Amino acid sequence: MFGTFTGLSGGLFDDLSRLQRELDDAFGRWPYTAELRAPGFGSWPPINIGATPERVDVYLFAPGLDPNELDISIQQNLLTIAGQRRIERGDETRWYRTERFSGEFRRALTLPEDVDPERVDASYRDGVLHVVVQRRESVQPRRISVS
Amino acid sequence: MNTETKPTTPEVAAGRDMAALRPSVDILEDAEGITLLADMPGVDRDRLHVHLDANTLQIDGEARIELPEGAEALHADVRTTRYSRSFILSNELEPDKIEARLRDGVLTLRIPKHPEQRPRRIEVRA
Repeated sequence: MFGTFTGLSGGLFDDLSRLQRELDDAFGRWPYTAELRAPGFGSWPPINIGATPERVDVYLFAPGLDPNELDISIQQNLLTIAGQRRIERGDETRWYRTERFSGEFRRALTLPEDVDPERVDASYRDGVLHVVVQRRESVQPRRISVS
Repeated sequence: MNTETKPTTPEVAAGRDMAALRPSVDILEDAEGITLLADMPGVDRDRLHVHLDANTLQIDGEARIELPEGAEALHADVRTTRYSRSFILSNELEPDKIEARLRDGVLTLRIPKHPEQRPRRIEVRA
């Protein structure tokens, strides 16, 4: 589904992002200029953002959360989502693999500038947090008459 | 949940499918069995396939993400909706008695051990 997104499914873009990651690994994010709040590659939870002229859809792939413990806020076009997933790994059992994320997270996302912070909806289903932010209606061109 | 292993989606049919994601797992063992937890966000019961072939445990899932018509991706950490991972089960486990539970995108599999194969503490005689 997300693989068929325009602009992201193309080989050129995949190659570029892979090259960028390799550069990041080799040079520690230099000379690539990152946005201040951009997380490093591989941050948890993974996020997808889709946009139409009417709205912006944000998906957080964060299974096993208590949605009541999520802290979602928006300031103008900066959406911040914070929460935690604590996995108790006691000593009474033997753990062979512990790949699942445990701890606190915070992700800040800069959305398009025309989003309306008063019209935000969030739902949590099957471990995916879906936040929908409506965009303001584009300003219609207006004819100005000279009196 | 059903036993079919090959999920078919328009992406698969069109050959545009990308490599499946490997779900992150925790695996722990106690005296009675092994528990496996797998992160599979977006997967519901109907799109989860847990399949056992000989001693290979195969876990497949297809995430359902509702996306508005004509949406353009601004950012995509996740590029596929398919999950797949497999494990080899050792002989002391009872694959017929696997219990599966799926909640909030986390799959929990409980695989019990044969009662006679559970660990026994061996006393050392003086």
